Amino acid sequence: MHTPAPIGRTPAAADAPPAVVHLLGGTRRSIRLLGLIGMALACAPLVVRSEFHLTFMTLALYSTLLGSAWNILGGFGGQYSFGHAVFFGLGAYTGAILQVHAGLPAWTGLLAGSAIGGAAGAALGAISFRYGLRGSYFALVTLAMAEVFRIIANSVPFTGAGVGMMIELRSGPADLQFESRQGYYYFALALALVALAVSSWVRHSRFGAALAAVRDNEDAARALGIDATRIKVAATALSGSLMAAGGVFYLQYFHYIDPMLVFGPAVSVEALLGPIVGGLGTVLGPLIGAFALALVSQVATQALGQAPALSMALYGVILIVMVTFLPRGLGRLRLRRGRHA
Amino acid sequence: MLELKDVSKRFGGLAAVDSVSLVLQEGRIGALIGPNGAGKTTCFGLMSGFIRPDQGQVVFCGRDITGWPAHQVSREGLVRTFQIVQPFTGQSVLENIAVGAQRRRSRGAAIAFAAEVAARVGLGEELAKPAESLPIAGRKRLELARALAAEPRLLLLDEVLAGLNPAEIAEVVPLIESIRAGGTTVLMIEHVMQAVMSLADEVWVLAHGSLIAAGTPEAVTRDPAVIEAYLGPGAAARLAQPT
Repeated sequence: MHTPAPIGRTPAAADAPPAVVHLLGGTRRSIRLLGLIGMALACAPLVVRSEFHLTFMTLALYSTLLGSAWNILGGFGGQYSFGHAVFFGLGAYTGAILQVHAGLPAWTGLLAGSAIGGAAGAALGAISFRYGLRGSYFALVTLAMAEVFRIIANSVPFTGAGVGMMIELRSGPADLQFESRQGYYYFALALALVALAVSSWVRHSRFGAALAAVRDNEDAARALGIDATRIKVAATALSGSLMAAGGVFYLQYFHYIDPMLVFGPAVSVEALLGPIVGGLGTVLGPLIGAFALALVSQVATQALGQAPALSMALYGVILIVMVTFLPRGLGRLRLRRGRHA
Repeated sequence: MLELKDVSKRFGGLAAVDSVSLVLQEGRIGALIGPNGAGKTTCFGLMSGFIRPDQGQVVFCGRDITGWPAHQVSREGLVRTFQIVQPFTGQSVLENIAVGAQRRRSRGAAIAFAAEVAARVGLGEELAKPAESLPIAGRKRLELARALAAEPRLLLLDEVLAGLNPAEIAEVVPLIESIRAGGTTVLMIEHVMQAVMSLADEVWVLAHGSLIAAGTPEAVTRDPAVIEAYLGPGAAARLAQPT
């Protein structure tokens, strides 16, 4: 409250209504919170010594990245994609092809993969939104798109078809492969923090306000001069780009991809489940959701053993329970209780 | 400021708007009246780019904007409100208005300006409330505030007084007058005749998609064609008879 107003900015002075001060301070609060979370997570390997737990956290952060990517379009934009695997797979295959066929270092794959994911997002968004697809129709188009790419990857020679692709084992930060668990942990953390920072920007920026306006009432947004199609296309591109980075991480972590692994529906489901569980259209929802789901699936595996498709069945149950009883996600649990009290 | 030249729109076999022509001068308050289903809201849709005319031209500030997409018409300075209020549900009153304000402003400046506009329309105390928690009168004000925050040159008000009680109407009428005084031209669809009579410089009457009368409020309300459009054939004659 007592911080001086930055020069040249809108004065959030004492005479401004509290609601204005609160809304103007959103960015600063968000940066501070993300900084704290980032620092805590960066220090975690000092405390968490067991490889098992560090792997658990690495995969949860990777899941946070996928969830945040999906949340930008699905949460902040209200456009539910069932086929985010399409971007994930494009990222993974771009990385693999650049390394295997062109002999380029892995970081070029990360950049090129994200760029291609973004371009694919823009293209998919342009095709879908220009023709007014929304709701379940948009979901079906994305689902079909991922399947189309899975079949293509299964058929053409330079993706290794059904055999898949394996990248050479090389370790070093430039190759984005690490000998220690910590290396992968920090790689995942860096990507997750980028995704969370982008989400925070979306939440508090003019772009994000326009996106939320289109989500909440498209006609009203258009009446106020917002180009709804362009905004949704931009959100899809941003979302696709981060999702593709997730695909590159997967490649670097497991060293092997095949069409079903990276273009299959399991990836799409993983991307949308975290934000729905954690809180749609919130910055931290995907993080909360990813850790909660990782915990649940870990406990389930230990209790029931490695049954095939167990996690998918479990995810289905969680999804139904969440949508029925907590449609606004775990992240809003405290808020809801506060309001009812 | 705004000119419709022979504009028509058909929905299937129904001529919703049938070769309507009108000219609204800058700095005036115009009113579009007529019985329910006369095509008034369709007219607004045609002016604001939400509906493409089948025929005719829409000219705004000397530019032919026929067929422009709605967001572009809005950016040009022609901003509409909706008869059925369309808040951004889930967002606060302040956030709602800030969306209107951010066309030419940074996010921070938009939020500050939105608070000013909210105070002007009497929503200064409701900034943090969710839009959908407002009563109908508040939502109408929100609809108005959001459009005002976009700083239109021409404001199309679609029944902003409908559903308000007389005390609330008495508050909003001077507000509309002050919007015009601030340099914004206003065209309103309104059923509240008391407001039309006190605010409008010029009135157009639509019935079954066609303009049946135009002129000052006093002249229009005496027009037999208008009386019959509202009250049925022969009504004008019966009203004229001494009882």
